Order: sequence, then C-alpha cells, then structure tokens
Amino acid sequence: MNINATLIGQAIWFGLFIWITMKYVWPPLQKAMADRQVLIADGLAAAERGKHEQELAAKRAADALREAKEKSADLVAQAEKRAQQIVEEAKGTAKVEADKVVAGAKAEIDQEVERAKQVLRERVAELAVAGAEKILRKEINASAHAEMLVALKQDL
Amino acid sequence: MSAEGTLTTTGYIEHHLTNLAVCADSSKVDGVCTGFWTFHLDTLLVSGILGLVVFGLMAKLASKATSGIPSGGQNFVEMVVGLVDQQVRDTFHGKSALVTPLAITIFVWVFVMNAMDLIPVDFLPTALQVATGDSHLPFKFVPTTDPNLTFAMSITVFFIALFMGLKVKGFGHFMHEVFAVPFGLKLAPVNFLFRIVEEVARPISLSLRLFGNMYAGEMVFILIALIGLYQLPLALPWALFHILIITLQAFVFMMLTIVYMSMAAESH
Repeated sequence: MNINATLIGQAIWFGLFIWITMKYVWPPLQKAMADRQVLIADGLAAAERGKHEQELAAKRAADALREAKEKSADLVAQAEKRAQQIVEEAKGTAKVEADKVVAGAKAEIDQEVERAKQVLRERVAELAVAGAEKILRKEINASAHAEMLVALKQDL
Repeated sequence: MSAEGTLTTTGYIEHHLTNLAVCADSSKVDGVCTGFWTFHLDTLLVSGILGLVVFGLMAKLASKATSGIPSGGQNFVEMVVGLVDQQVRDTFHGKSALVTPLAITIFVWVFVMNAMDLIPVDFLPTALQVATGDSHLPFKFVPTTDPNLTFAMSITVFFIALFMGLKVKGFGHFMHEVFAVPFGLKLAPVNFLFRIVEEVARPISLSLRLFGNMYAGEMVFILIALIGLYQLPLALPWALFHILIITLQAFVFMMLTIVYMSMAAESH
C-alpha cells in the first residue's frame, strides 16, 4: 500500500465528476422530475374533475329524459282529449245535418203529396162534372153551376 | 492464467497486484517507483475514462431530459438519481446544492469502478499485453483496489464536509463546537483531541472500507483464476456474490458521505 501523487490526480478526477454532475446531470434531471410530478398531479386532478363533471352530466341527462317523458305523456293525453272532442263535435254536426236532410225530405214529400192531392182533386171534380153532365145533359148549365163546383172543389 | 508458462503462483499474484506506475521523479529502485511523485497510470486512466463515459452519458441524457414520458435511458438515470436523492432527503436536512450531486457522483462512479471487478481478471490485462507487445506490462483494471483513489475520494469528502461546517455554522460557532463539545470549555484540549480523532478517523475508515472490500474481492478472483481452465464453478458464484458487494460498497460510501455532510451541517 503506497500512497503517492496518484492521490492528487484522483482528487482532480473526483472534483471534475462532481462538477459535471452538479452542473449538467442533476439540475436538468431534478427539473424534469419535479415538472413531471406537477404534471402528474395536474393530470390526476383533471381526471377527478372530469369524472365529477361526467357524473353531473349523467344526472342532468337523466333529468332531461324524465322531463321529456313527462311532457310527451302530457301531450299524448292532451291529443287524446282533443281527438275525443273532435269526434264529439263531428257527431253533433252530423246529427244536425242529418236532421236537416230528413226535415227537407219530409217537406218535399209533403209538398208532393199536396200536389198530387191537388191534381187528384181537379181530376175528381172534372170527373164529377163530366159524370153530372152526362146524367143531367139538359137541365144543367155549366156556367150556372160553376160556382157550386168550385165550392165543391174546395171541400175535397 | 497468464500465457506465461514459466510464471510462478506468487509471481502471478504479485503481477496482478502491481500498478502500472510512472515515476515523475528519479526515485526508481529496482524498476519500482518509491517516491511520492509516482503516478499509477492504470488507476488514473481507468477511473478517468469510466467517469468520463458514465458522467458524459448521464449529462447527455439529462440534457435531453423531458418532463413528459421519459426515454428508457432517462428513466434508468432518473431511477438511480432518484434513489440517491431519496437517501439525501431522508438523511440530510440542511439546504445545499452540493450534497445530492456529490452523492450521485460517488454512488455512480464507485459502482462502475467496482463493477470492473466482474470482468475476468486476465481478460483485459492480457488483451493489453498483446496489444502493446509487452508481456510483463502490469495493469490493474479495478481502480477501487488502489488506496490512492479511495483516499483521494475520502479526503475530498472530508474537506467538503469541513467547508460545509464552516459555511453553515460560521467560524465562531464552528470553533466553539471544536473546543467545547462534548465536555465544555474547561476541557478544551480534550475536546479538541477528540475532535481531531473523530475527523481523522472518518476519511480513513471511509477509504479503507472500500479499498479493503474491493482488494479482498479482487484477491479471491485472482486465487480462483489460479485454478486455470475449470475455474467457472467457483468464479461464477463469487462473481454473483460480488455483485452484492459492489453495489453495497458504493451505497455505503455514498451513505456515509451524506451522513458526514449532515453532521457537518447540523449542530451537535
């Protein structure tokens, strides 16, 4: 074991390597590691926040869905009610219309009957007059009895 | 075993424990440098190249570091650096821009130097001998088996701790601690003596622990290599076990450095 000037050389090497580490190795690595720590912490926080927001959004979506369902159920009920109303209204209108048609028809029928009666009355009077002429050719003056025939026609 | 057929067992072991030395002064005795101005080229080169490669790589990865998804390399470096930083946070409660880089440097550098132990003991020296054509060229490939390196590191750590203590506590408070703790001012010389012993014992124990562990491990590898062709059943388990020692020693050196730093920065 002999101590000699190698000691000095080794001390110089050692000092040089300490200097390299101190200046070029440790600071950039320390910075990178510290920065990464911050980055990871931020990332974790962001993830947590995202998760929370997602939960909120899911809740909001469920709320919106329920609301929409309620609304649509309301709308359907309303529409049903309205449809019933329309049907009722239509029913009413149809009845009125039908009544009107029936009344019209009845009036027409009455008129026809009246007209037929009129014709019949005239024909009966003519027949009666013709018959009476045949029977009473001599004594009967058509013009003298016309007044009586008109009165008779009225009675029929 | 070395390619040299005539080599004796003792010669082989000795050869493996000899550094490639260059004498800067004229103190060469029988081809061995004995003076202080001797440089162990192998220790200096291997530790320097390993450090440059590994810290250059780390600096390159760090310069491209992103706070987004890290690449595989960045991820690995971050893992190592994060582990060291966690230890510093747990132990060192003061504020210093130096302690974490220092701990990272120690852990990574000591680890890669120790890891050279896992390369079979003859691979690289023999390759180098073939490459240079000098069949007696000694070359130790595990720099941490050289006490010069471990002492250089522990003494540097000692001085850093000393300056940190002075800086954090101020000269007055520091001096008060040196002379008045633990027995009070009346026993100032005793306190001072205690302090000296404490301060000196730290770098010595720190460096000798690493040196001793790695030297012993290397020695076992060399002894196993003496078996020759059928060394695998022994070399493999020892290498596997040695992975633990390599990591543990790097960790212990780093951990104790952090502890010394925190002791220097905190009042007793």
